Amino acid sequence: MTGSAGNFRVTVEKRPRYVDETKCTGCGFCSPYCPVTIPDPYNQHLSQKKAIDILYTQAIPSTYCIDPDYCLFLNRKECKQCSKACQSGAIDFGQKPEIATFQVGAVILTAGFKDINPAHLDMYCYKESPNVVTGVEFERISSASGPYLGNISRPSDLKKPEKIAFIQCAGSRSSVSGNNYCSSVCCKYAVKDAIVALEHEPDIDITIFFMDMRMYGKGLDQFSERARASGVTFIRSRVSEIRRDKNTEDLTITYVTEDGALRKETFHLVVLPTGLRPSEGSFALSRATGISLNEYGFCSTGLFDPLLADKEGIFVAGGFREPVALPDSVIQASGAAACASELLSSVRGTRISEKEFPQEGADDESLRIGVFVCHCGKNIAGVVDVENVRKYAADLPQVAMSTENLYSCSEDAQTIISETIKKENLNRVVIAACTPRTHEPLFQETLREAGLNKCLVEMVNIRDQCSWVHSHERQEATTKAKDLISMAVAKARLIKPLDELTIDVIPRALVIGGGLSGMTAALSIADQGFTCYLAEKNSELGGNLKNLYYTLRGNDPGHCLKQIIKRVLSHEKITVYTNAEIESIDGFIGNFRTALTVGNSDKKETVELRHGTVILATGAKVHEPDEYLYGKDTRVLLQHELERNIASGSYVPADRDSVVMIQCVGSRNKEHPYCSSICCSTAVKNALKIKELNPSTDVYILYRDMNMYGFREKYFTRARNEGVVFIRYNRDNKPEVTEGEGSLWVRVKDRILGNDLKIPAHLLALSTAIVPTQDNRSEKALAVPCSSDGFFMESHVQLKPVDSYIDGIFICGMAHFPKSIDESIAQAKAAASKAAILLSKGHVKAEPIISVCDSSKCIGCTLCIAFCPYGAIQMVKKEKGKRAEIISAACKGCGVCATYCPTKAISMGRFTDEQINAQIEAFGAAIGKDSN
Amino acid sequence: MSFHPRILGFLCHWCCYAAADAAGVARLQYPPNIRVIRIMCTGRIEPAFILNGFMNRADGIFVGG
Repeated sequence: MTGSAGNFRVTVEKRPRYVDETKCTGCGFCSPYCPVTIPDPYNQHLSQKKAIDILYTQAIPSTYCIDPDYCLFLNRKECKQCSKACQSGAIDFGQKPEIATFQVGAVILTAGFKDINPAHLDMYCYKESPNVVTGVEFERISSASGPYLGNISRPSDLKKPEKIAFIQCAGSRSSVSGNNYCSSVCCKYAVKDAIVALEHEPDIDITIFFMDMRMYGKGLDQFSERARASGVTFIRSRVSEIRRDKNTEDLTITYVTEDGALRKETFHLVVLPTGLRPSEGSFALSRATGISLNEYGFCSTGLFDPLLADKEGIFVAGGFREPVALPDSVIQASGAAACASELLSSVRGTRISEKEFPQEGADDESLRIGVFVCHCGKNIAGVVDVENVRKYAADLPQVAMSTENLYSCSEDAQTIISETIKKENLNRVVIAACTPRTHEPLFQETLREAGLNKCLVEMVNIRDQCSWVHSHERQEATTKAKDLISMAVAKARLIKPLDELTIDVIPRALVIGGGLSGMTAALSIADQGFTCYLAEKNSELGGNLKNLYYTLRGNDPGHCLKQIIKRVLSHEKITVYTNAEIESIDGFIGNFRTALTVGNSDKKETVELRHGTVILATGAKVHEPDEYLYGKDTRVLLQHELERNIASGSYVPADRDSVVMIQCVGSRNKEHPYCSSICCSTAVKNALKIKELNPSTDVYILYRDMNMYGFREKYFTRARNEGVVFIRYNRDNKPEVTEGEGSLWVRVKDRILGNDLKIPAHLLALSTAIVPTQDNRSEKALAVPCSSDGFFMESHVQLKPVDSYIDGIFICGMAHFPKSIDESIAQAKAAASKAAILLSKGHVKAEPIISVCDSSKCIGCTLCIAFCPYGAIQMVKKEKGKRAEIISAACKGCGVCATYCPTKAISMGRFTDEQINAQIEAFGAAIGKDSN
Repeated sequence: MSFHPRILGFLCHWCCYAAADAAGVARLQYPPNIRVIRIMCTGRIEPAFILNGFMNRADGIFVGG
């Protein structure tokens, strides 16, 4: 890679797959003919595949690939069976590595990670015993598409293991393995795997051996409680030895309990939820791109620039950067896209040309339906009697013609279909082939090219849901294909051309909340070239970041905050409203209207804003407890108060001073049943600062699980080395604080000695929960749903972590869940990225599947509004009172409204009552024919 | 004569219809008695569709969503 930000030249070598991607239809006909069987890497070598195969069933592209290490022809010039089997002539042994050069302005590195191979960690017996498996191997074992079809079995004898042990931190958090960091994901996925295993086999006995359960992040602590409730046993212990019994292949684990007792227990299967390490390719990639990696081989980034590598114009996301779970990977990926878009905003759209289609003709009264039946090579034709089906279709009423295609999806078939439509003057098209889920858009485009409305096609799935699943019942499969076609033709008689609605988007954004996340989001949107309003309820910007004076990594947060505020205030595309209150917000995606009250009590004015999207960055606050003498004794502080006192010099650690910190105060309990993620890091940060100022000050941290995930583990290790004393307590055995003899006393049960410790405390610092801000009116005004913990709910935990349940409204920062500086920035960028997609498109397209309300039939009962899950219906004043109106941009086409509408005023595009009933009746008529 | 029930299926586009496709990709075999109507959500199903199915000689109705 050469060049610099805005102008990189990247050379990529693409290895040959020996299968032509443009010709392969993914039919899979080649594999059975391949004589070479090899271990399947996707199933972690627990099952076999062929030397020509697809990586896994959902692979994109679904093109097959020849493994050059095993292929007989590539190695010995014999065989070529696949080439003979392939009916589309896609096999190409002449393929050579291709060199491609790209000229790009920005680069995003998402090269991922590898899981740690436990083979070199002798104590886990992984090499010797087939019944010690990695977490990924267990994932495949429990997967329905895995080697054992989802039956929980152990590899040695394929029997169901009655007792399974999970051993955490295998190859993580240990200098022996060379991985001193915490891999962040292993606790989470181990708990998930345990729950999944119990769903498959409820009577399995599962034990998880762990050091700290690091279930930080939204909903995860509750998830671990769920595992506990379903009977999973959690044992806090680092396992010292695993012994294999050669006769039974069982495994005996030796471990030490918290009270120091040595125990042994035998299991049938041991799972090592192994951690993550950089992949081998990371180093080559860092050399090629000129970016540096950290001491562990990951591309770690700055706290305030979490997605930027140390070279301008190169951004990073996901496990390449630091081990992270799925939601964070997705967040970082969206965020990195925003960073690239900021850099490239001046050239946005300059290389795009829009495809043009011929004008649609008027819809003819008389129906001429064309039926195209696909062979899909032998995928359909090998089971279904296609010729018979084609003849049957030709005789159905109003069918003008029917024909067969070898591969309906191929490029030449598109031309043929398009020409046939014109030649035969067809006005409805039925394609009997594969699934509309993947192929409907392709045929819709073919119709448009032939001058027909895209809604005039109906697909029949005679492959995925017929020939593939009834491969031994040729006659019944043929009958089923005929029935399905007659049902589709019945529907096709009633389909109508429908317009795709386009709704304009007001090209401005409103960000609510002027903390770190809100400001970051506003800056990103503005840097991407769009106008942004930023509303903050306080008199100044900054939010919770104002309470930070130093960080674990040694940044100066005050300075960074000043820089950010300065940029926000001076940015020509950002308008800041402080002392702002949301009076009302209404509207929908692309078209919101907000009334803001701005100013203090002396002078208030209302500002009305029109904008296309909203970002909620309303933050969170620290819980103020009424326990441990907080508020009653001045020596009891919250962590951020301690930080302020240390920074201002009003607390100077003295020799023999004793500072006690208690973690999880008002946290991970009934009231706040979640882990606030960042409090452990804050405690360790303050402890290290005290030790730095005076090494002879004693610091005690009383904790339940130290959540020092990712590279934060380093500071946990450092704190222990500096002499910070960590004492664990149980939820049922909380520390007690009393005042006496001029000092505070903290009593806590020591688990190793088995008796109570009484620690004097000159200062007591409480790490309390981070809780949602309850006073925010915007949330109520927008009706954005919250999760049970009170934070805004994302529309999909893993895949849509910044989308709220309402289209056009995005969430980020602590309003979503407690998070650190770098995580907040990444999520703010992700929200800005999503908002900018909307703003730069300039319009929202509504698929014609959406609902339509006939206001002459509507009686204004509002039932539909009550049942619409997307807030996509509003009442609009008409002549005879209020009537329902669909907000096309927000409707998803589910049809719940149409079902509940008592007067049948609502109908669904492409799924009308008449069409569905016609299908049902065709189903009934087909039965009559079959029995004749 | 053995009983060959005729099953009418209403499958949600987003979940069960996708699952039925996945069953095909995995070549899982099941009896060929079902005829599927794809809908965008099972929330679309009106009681009348079910009754109409039975009136049109369905022996059973499968709703997957």
